[in-house]
Amino acid sequence: MDKTWNNRAWFMVLPVLLLVAFSAVIPLMTVVNYSVQDTFGNNEFFWAGSEWFQEMLTSDRFWEAMGRNLIFSFVILAIEIPLGIFIALNMPKSGWGVPVCLVLMALPLLIPWNVVGTIWQVFGRVDIGLLGYTLNALGVDYNYVNDSFDAWVTVIVMDIWHWTSLVVLLCYAGLVSIPDAYYQAAKIDGASRWAVFRYIQLPKMNRVLLIAVLLRFMDSFMIYTEPFVVTGGGPGNSTTFLSIDLVKMAVGQFDLGPAAAMSIIYFLIVLLLSWVFYTVMTNYDAER
Amino acid sequence: MARIDLDHVRHAYGPNPSRPEDFALREVNQVFEDGGAYALLGPSGCGKTTLLNIISGLLHPSHGRLLFNGDDATELSTQGRNIAQVFQFPVIYDTMTVYDNLAFPLRNRGVAEPDVDRKVREIIKMIDLEDWSKRKARGLTADQKQKISLGRGLVRSDVNAILFDEPLTVIDPHMKWVLRSQLKQLHRQFGYTMVYVTHDQTEALTFADTVVVMHDGQIVQIGTPAELFERPKHTFVGYFIGSPGMNVLPVTVEGRKARLGEQTIELPVAPSAEGQGKVELGIRPEYIRIGALGMPVKVRKVEDIGRHKVLRASLEGQEIAAIVGEDESIPENPRVRFDPAGINIYANSWRVDGEPGRRV
Repeated sequence: MDKTWNNRAWFMVLPVLLLVAFSAVIPLMTVVNYSVQDTFGNNEFFWAGSEWFQEMLTSDRFWEAMGRNLIFSFVILAIEIPLGIFIALNMPKSGWGVPVCLVLMALPLLIPWNVVGTIWQVFGRVDIGLLGYTLNALGVDYNYVNDSFDAWVTVIVMDIWHWTSLVVLLCYAGLVSIPDAYYQAAKIDGASRWAVFRYIQLPKMNRVLLIAVLLRFMDSFMIYTEPFVVTGGGPGNSTTFLSIDLVKMAVGQFDLGPAAAMSIIYFLIVLLLSWVFYTVMTNYDAER
Repeated sequence: MARIDLDHVRHAYGPNPSRPEDFALREVNQVFEDGGAYALLGPSGCGKTTLLNIISGLLHPSHGRLLFNGDDATELSTQGRNIAQVFQFPVIYDTMTVYDNLAFPLRNRGVAEPDVDRKVREIIKMIDLEDWSKRKARGLTADQKQKISLGRGLVRSDVNAILFDEPLTVIDPHMKWVLRSQLKQLHRQFGYTMVYVTHDQTEALTFADTVVVMHDGQIVQIGTPAELFERPKHTFVGYFIGSPGMNVLPVTVEGRKARLGEQTIELPVAPSAEGQGKVELGIRPEYIRIGALGMPVKVRKVEDIGRHKVLRASLEGQEIAAIVGEDESIPENPRVRFDPAGINIYANSWRVDGEPGRRV
């Protein structure tokens, strides 16, 4: 069949083009524009070339924030993924317990992020917070405001509280899709509890686990709201992650050039990691 | 190998069963002899899978006992019973190779690796997957996967029994024949006690020495294929086995005569069916003779199914089926006679014998 050519059809894509332009392309180009210039306000701009990029890539401040971010992501992944699997394995498969568990699991995911931050900010306070006060009453020297380690523990526990249920729900969806016959056959074959997990449950959860790791990694790598509300990046710079640092630089210090350069580097890293995950996932599918 | 006794076994899935309808399995007393090949035959939902799962220990019966070689096995776990079971849909371990799949039941039981290797090689050859042994099992076709499931059941040589739960449902017809004859051969060679669940009568009749027909949660007849065909104990067996099934006609019996509407049918013996409620006469289509003599029938249609023709007709308002040889012709106004050898009399659906007061 011959194709009909009508160039007016291009107008059909105009709405989406405008939408994408205003929501993504133009803001991104503005950032690119800032990243290669210097400004002192008054709409005066001076060409700076790659100066800000060089400054960023050689600054300790940037690499320290990056390091903190990577440590944070790996710690929460190392805890949330096994914990999520463990909880999903122990959730009921039928009966009245199923909706109860699902609602309980979904609750933390439904709370706005800054509210989560506020909850933990209050919860951990040593003067009025249930957690902070109780720990100190029990003789544990806990104070997230002036102890870096305590601040880290608070931020990590908060993230686990907030996001483990996402991993649980994904794994649970994978688990309930396993037909009963698999468990029956495993019983007949004399498989141990571990063998059932290793050869039946884990392979069936493989795909959802990849998605869980991807989502949690991306989210934790871009984390801003919750630690900002709880610790504000402190004490000192100890919980200043990339996004917090970026906002400090752009809004606090009004260093638009370096902040823009940092945004672009940050964006490219996220893009790179997304691509790596995407490739791993599609290769895995092809192998099947 | 073991002899398996089911002693007053009943099972209900819901709590507090009281009426007979609450039971998926009503009451089963059955002996599976050591080394026997049994088929459990029945329609979907008749309780045959329930019975199988009770034997393998996947289900705990709500009532009754289970004996292996005379010892109470009711409380034993699935592992403790040492039973192999093959399920309707293939179960394979995706991440393992074909070889490892077959070795899995042996390794779980701590069998020494040289023995595992010998046994697995033997089975892999039998199911004809030698070329695939190092491949991951997930790329296989449905019938190759089911062969692996079968193989995992056969790889253990010391099992008390091998149970098959409609294992050939997903296999295509040609492979069905091959696998079925392989199973039969295995049975002869090693003398496993085998119980084979199916709703396919051909499968049941060709596989088993003894066929157990189930209906509505109970066993209605146990017998050889010939017994089931000639002397169905229950009208359900008559209807379920044979194609087309037995004709069941409501009659009244007086001595050695049965009355069907205007017609009188001579019976081979006088049944003791008087005063027993619903009385029926059963005759297989194979025993109805078509000719110029006998009872007049109205022909509805004739189906030519190759080897023979099936005549569908109405006799005194009752639908009957009769088998006519491929070369026989059907007269203009056909009449039918019932061959006395093929007549069975049923009271309340159960077959009654010639001697008074005794059910068979």
